[in-house]
Amino acid sequence: MTIRTAPRTAAPGGVADALLVHPGEVVPGRLKARGPLRREGPEKLTGEAKYADDLVFPGAWFGATIRSTEPHARLMGVDLDDGFDWSKVVVVTAADIPGENIVSLISDDQPVLVPVGGEIQHQAEPLVLVAAPDRSTLRAAKRAIRVRTERLEPVFDPLASDHVFAHYEISSGDLDAGFAEADLVLEGTYRVGHQEQLYIENNAMIAVPREDGGVAVHGSLQCPYYIHKALKRALSLDDVRAQVIQAETGGGFGGKEEYPSILALHAALLALKCRKPVRMIYDRHEDIAATTKRHPAIVTHRTGVKRDGTLVAQDIELVMDGGAYCTLTPVVLSRGALHAGGPYRCANVRIRARATRTNTPPNGAFRGFGAPQTEFAAETQLNRLAEALDIDPLDIRRRNVYRVGDTTPTGQVLRESVAGEEVLERAAEAAEFERMREKTARSRPPAGSGDTGNGRPLASAAARKAQGIGLALAWHGAGFTGSGEVKLASVASVELTGAGEIRILTASTEMGQGTKTIFPQLVADALGVPYEAVTIAPQDTAVVPDSGPTVASRTAMVVGGLCIKAAERLRTQVENSTGGAFADTYRDYARSHGATRIDQRFEPYPGVQFDDSTYRGDAYPAYGWAACVAEVDVDLDTGEVAVTNVVAADDIGRVIHPILAEGQVEGGTLQAVGYATIEEMKLVDGRYLNDRLATYIIPTALDAPRITSILVEAPFSGAPHGAKGVGELPMDVGAPAVVAAIHDATGAWIHDLPATPERILAALGATTTPPAPASVSPGASAGQVEKKVEEPIRRGTDPRPQGRTDPQPLRGPQD
Amino acid sequence: MNIRMLVNGAPAEIDVPGSRRLLDVLREDLGLTGTKEGCGEGECGACSVILDGQLVDACLVPISQVDGATVRTVEGLARRRAGEADRELDELQAAFLAAGGAQCGICTPGMLMAARAYIDGGGGPDEEAIREAIAGNLCRCTGYTKIVEAIAMAAGRPAV
Repeated sequence: MTIRTAPRTAAPGGVADALLVHPGEVVPGRLKARGPLRREGPEKLTGEAKYADDLVFPGAWFGATIRSTEPHARLMGVDLDDGFDWSKVVVVTAADIPGENIVSLISDDQPVLVPVGGEIQHQAEPLVLVAAPDRSTLRAAKRAIRVRTERLEPVFDPLASDHVFAHYEISSGDLDAGFAEADLVLEGTYRVGHQEQLYIENNAMIAVPREDGGVAVHGSLQCPYYIHKALKRALSLDDVRAQVIQAETGGGFGGKEEYPSILALHAALLALKCRKPVRMIYDRHEDIAATTKRHPAIVTHRTGVKRDGTLVAQDIELVMDGGAYCTLTPVVLSRGALHAGGPYRCANVRIRARATRTNTPPNGAFRGFGAPQTEFAAETQLNRLAEALDIDPLDIRRRNVYRVGDTTPTGQVLRESVAGEEVLERAAEAAEFERMREKTARSRPPAGSGDTGNGRPLASAAARKAQGIGLALAWHGAGFTGSGEVKLASVASVELTGAGEIRILTASTEMGQGTKTIFPQLVADALGVPYEAVTIAPQDTAVVPDSGPTVASRTAMVVGGLCIKAAERLRTQVENSTGGAFADTYRDYARSHGATRIDQRFEPYPGVQFDDSTYRGDAYPAYGWAACVAEVDVDLDTGEVAVTNVVAADDIGRVIHPILAEGQVEGGTLQAVGYATIEEMKLVDGRYLNDRLATYIIPTALDAPRITSILVEAPFSGAPHGAKGVGELPMDVGAPAVVAAIHDATGAWIHDLPATPERILAALGATTTPPAPASVSPGASAGQVEKKVEEPIRRGTDPRPQGRTDPQPLRGPQD
Repeated sequence: MNIRMLVNGAPAEIDVPGSRRLLDVLREDLGLTGTKEGCGEGECGACSVILDGQLVDACLVPISQVDGATVRTVEGLARRRAGEADRELDELQAAFLAAGGAQCGICTPGMLMAARAYIDGGGGPDEEAIREAIAGNLCRCTGYTKIVEAIAMAAGRPAV
């Protein structure tokens, strides 16, 4: 195992480690070890890059969506006001859909538009589309459309819903024997809410009719072939007449994984009807109100542990709120369940998971994909266990963290690339965790000083500020879950054109993470040519093969690996023919042989097997590992939290491009800090109440902590370059670290995210009498100590469905 | 309403309703799509431009307030040599490129203008001051670390 990190502080006069980033130590002109400059960087920096709303199509019309204003209702009719001149615009209803009225994804439950007579399942659900040649006519037309509905009873509580999208049970060992062996049993219930991806560029799509009767859509999107499939099915088009072209994309984070399919369908339906290009550019309000969010979840833990901190039993129940339609819920739930125990060895485990339908806007993909929810619960539970046993949070992790040779609850033996211990030690060392923890313990105000009783004057800012430090550890399965990659059978291509140009063809999109930089880097290295000699084809389904969706942190690991293999085959072919080095001979080869294209299809990683029907085997080919240490200041009078410093150590396998990789760690860490502290979606009658950027807030530069990112390299042998993926990993670990730090500062555990001032004050009120000390005292009898800190686990909440179940509960994951 | 202004050093004259947003004039009437719209209500800063030396959100400025004014947008940062297609990035853009300060790039034009206003106002490489200067510009990709680093790099060099 190679660790490309050095001790935290470089010796005076010594050479600082190129991979250590200390944002607090900004040195003008300092350059770090780097890959090439971002390929599309100059265009982004000069304003020349064309995002969807920057594209000009002469004569384009503007499209809009009429949405439901009820969470559950029957659509009785659509009325067009006689006073409006409808010849000026086009109106599209479900009756205009030429193919199946289905947004194609996992389940076939979501309509493109609710038909008259059909059920509206959520607020902001699309009912009618309208397009007009200018915005003022469009506004007038929208006002002249009325929908008639009959309200139905909505269901908002995922625990009360009897419509189950998916359910899983993962178990290993003997749970009863495990609990019998335990010295302490701790229960806890953790709740997390919606989170909005909040890419700064809203969802946007422009549909342009093709002369052959088909349609081309240009848009902000992650997965061209998801949209391609959806267009073909609902519009009855073939592979050629449905065309999807990615515009420059201003952030995705999962929010442009499945949602753009329905938006592309809407724009395409309007364009096909009015025979003009149609622009559908959401404003922020519509984007937040209508698009997918991170799944809310309720996670209950019952954990048995030995006095020395060894985990002996984990009984975990996970319930996710899928919202009104299935979207990707079964795979989000699957990943959440597979990560629910955390990165820890435990012989006796039961994880029961279900996701149910509620009459709220559908939830979908968001960086981390189920794992941030369950790992927040797992890590907070472990931190509470450490407190109950009076063990250092670092030590309880050292004792239990997976090592090479350990077995996960699905029976997967971790054969290689296991770096939980490494990231833990690196983060703790860099943050000086133990020294800082002693310091915060000494400075902790006496219990009760946080009392905010009425009439008490505010203390001075210094007196009411409590500092804390917290630690968390996480793992993240790299690439698709289970047999997903095998089923997907992605293709990536490298082409030597007749003109002697080297071109990469993949459907993997650039959305800021660096696809367009690292692919040419990998291919150039494999061919032995300069980075600049390799170009990358546009993400256009008419040009590139289906290399799968740009999701699941799979781009660098899986598709990058395919690019390398294709390049190696091309190199061999050219060198065998010319007898010279590729770099010296490929231009001549191209002249004499014409274009040569190598298509590389995914081949299963050796020895990696998973059984979707039993949930046994290798859930992921490899795992990334992340540790996070967060420092906070908590205002004991107001409950406000300032996250001041974060050290993030992430093992992502071989690092392809340090600056891009650090960018992923830093950005993911801040999203996790937002998730932990300020990002909260409130619902009223199933509608997002704070559906604007003034009311749904994300961290600014002043809210953001100083983030130190440490890259650890434990390569994965299955990928030719050893990379494992980085995008989602940092999202899993930030929130529990922040909550642990809040506890260190205040003595209060926050069980529900985000840890808002209101929740912190409520928890502080509950701790004005000091919390009971650790319940296991030295020399206590060996008998089992039951410590019920939380409300008891909901007995009898068997995750297996009581009511109807969608027919795909155990199908192959495809996140 | 007839509006005359200087945009990136070049005179522009347009006849539009006075309530039209500066953002729409830039993007749709003048074709300067480098300035982005993220929220339309002054929260995200993606449409930041420099108006008579002041950093403003172009989505909140009616064009009637711009008559006779000087506007700088992201398109005005890079230098373009006469007769050459290639542009030369200014020191801020170069620092963003080197440090990794741009990821998805949608906040980048506004972020660059906020940084430009900060540096032109005499701002130096102090981290807290930089964070304050860009506090009105949201970025969802970077965690701000490399943006702050890039601005500090640029601010450490003589202002142009």
